[in-house]
Amino acid sequence: MYTQGLDQKDKPAAAGQGTETPEQLEAFQARIDAEEKIEAKDWMPEAYRRTLIRQISQHAHSEIIGMQPEGNWLTRAPTLKRKAILLAKIQDEAGHGLYLYSAAETLGVSRDQMVADLLNGKAKYSSIFNYPALTWADIGTIGWLVDGAAIMNQIPLCRCSYGPYSRAMIRICKEESFHQRQGFDILVSLCNGTDKQKAMAQDALDRWWWPSLMMFGPSDKDSKHSAQSMAWKIKRFSNDELRQKFIDVTVPQAEFLGLKVPDDKLAFDESTGHYRHGEIDWQEFLDVLAGNGPCNRQRMAKRCKAHDDGAWVREAARAYATKHTAKHAA
Amino acid sequence: MSDQEWPLYEVFIRSKSGLSHRHAGSIHAADDQMALDAARDTYTRRSEGVSIWVVRSSQIVASDPAETAAFFDPAQDKIYRHPTFYDIPDGVENL
Repeated sequence: MYTQGLDQKDKPAAAGQGTETPEQLEAFQARIDAEEKIEAKDWMPEAYRRTLIRQISQHAHSEIIGMQPEGNWLTRAPTLKRKAILLAKIQDEAGHGLYLYSAAETLGVSRDQMVADLLNGKAKYSSIFNYPALTWADIGTIGWLVDGAAIMNQIPLCRCSYGPYSRAMIRICKEESFHQRQGFDILVSLCNGTDKQKAMAQDALDRWWWPSLMMFGPSDKDSKHSAQSMAWKIKRFSNDELRQKFIDVTVPQAEFLGLKVPDDKLAFDESTGHYRHGEIDWQEFLDVLAGNGPCNRQRMAKRCKAHDDGAWVREAARAYATKHTAKHAA
Repeated sequence: MSDQEWPLYEVFIRSKSGLSHRHAGSIHAADDQMALDAARDTYTRRSEGVSIWVVRSSQIVASDPAETAAFFDPAQDKIYRHPTFYDIPDGVENL
């Protein structure tokens, strides 16, 4: 998921800057057009490298921060089974973060640099994780909608032109499907339960629907980086195309659950075969990206604390390794 | 000291016996044992492997992509290494 980074501000794209010759850029584009994968040590334009570092690291940060709203519910999951499943899902998110950090590192940025950029607020993560998970139904809804939107976004990334990113995405997509289904499974239980449980599910959908649609990033008409990313085959579909696909598959699932999507303008258009939907509140999206969502500060404070609290562990592991290396050498 | 990054390891996994190890990704670890444990937790959560190799990334010697053409050139003009190079006379079997 989490590729809103493509659409955020960056230094002006400086294609052709420095020593890049038109011949090199042309040869690179020819490889892309021929659907050849670009690998870590291959020549690539600086702007291509920068775009990927920004997108992949943001994606990785999102996986890591994404553990917080769910981790919150580990000790309150209603059964041992649900708890074990949620624990496995959160462990997957950590794994996804690690695959992605590794992929970004192949582009020449260090892990420490990426983590530092997250902690000092320079790097972004997906807007969606700045919303709170208030009830158990939120855990179901996050799996169903947030991971569902993620899958929609990520499947085309499996064909991304950059080899290490594409391989990481293939792994992630395989695992993400479990996440979505476990979420839907929670909602099926709640919607077949008491009126109170069903109301809890409806309340969660009411709060998560719009933020989930925002996960696809700004509308195409406002999306700055899309054209170049499309040409480089980092991106294969536009934000609006993916958002529409997501709505088309998700609305019938909501109907199955007997839940109402909180959009009065939502209607199936027979002529196009797609759902028409109401206007997204882009001001809210911008506010959350700017750091003013409901949980931005809390998420960052928690991530910084975890980093600081782990310092002694990193130090001890290194001291242990040094001691044993010395022993072997002796 | 804690701010210094742990070394990077490349991870190779044998998915089942009979197959060779294949590159799965990389991880950071302070030492070899931690690298193995982290590789297991990161890359085999769904029983993807029966054996793991980890090797310090700095220990890998790789060919240079910029030199690919020249490096592999000697194999280009030796088409006689492939069985399809040879014409088999009609009527000859089991060759």
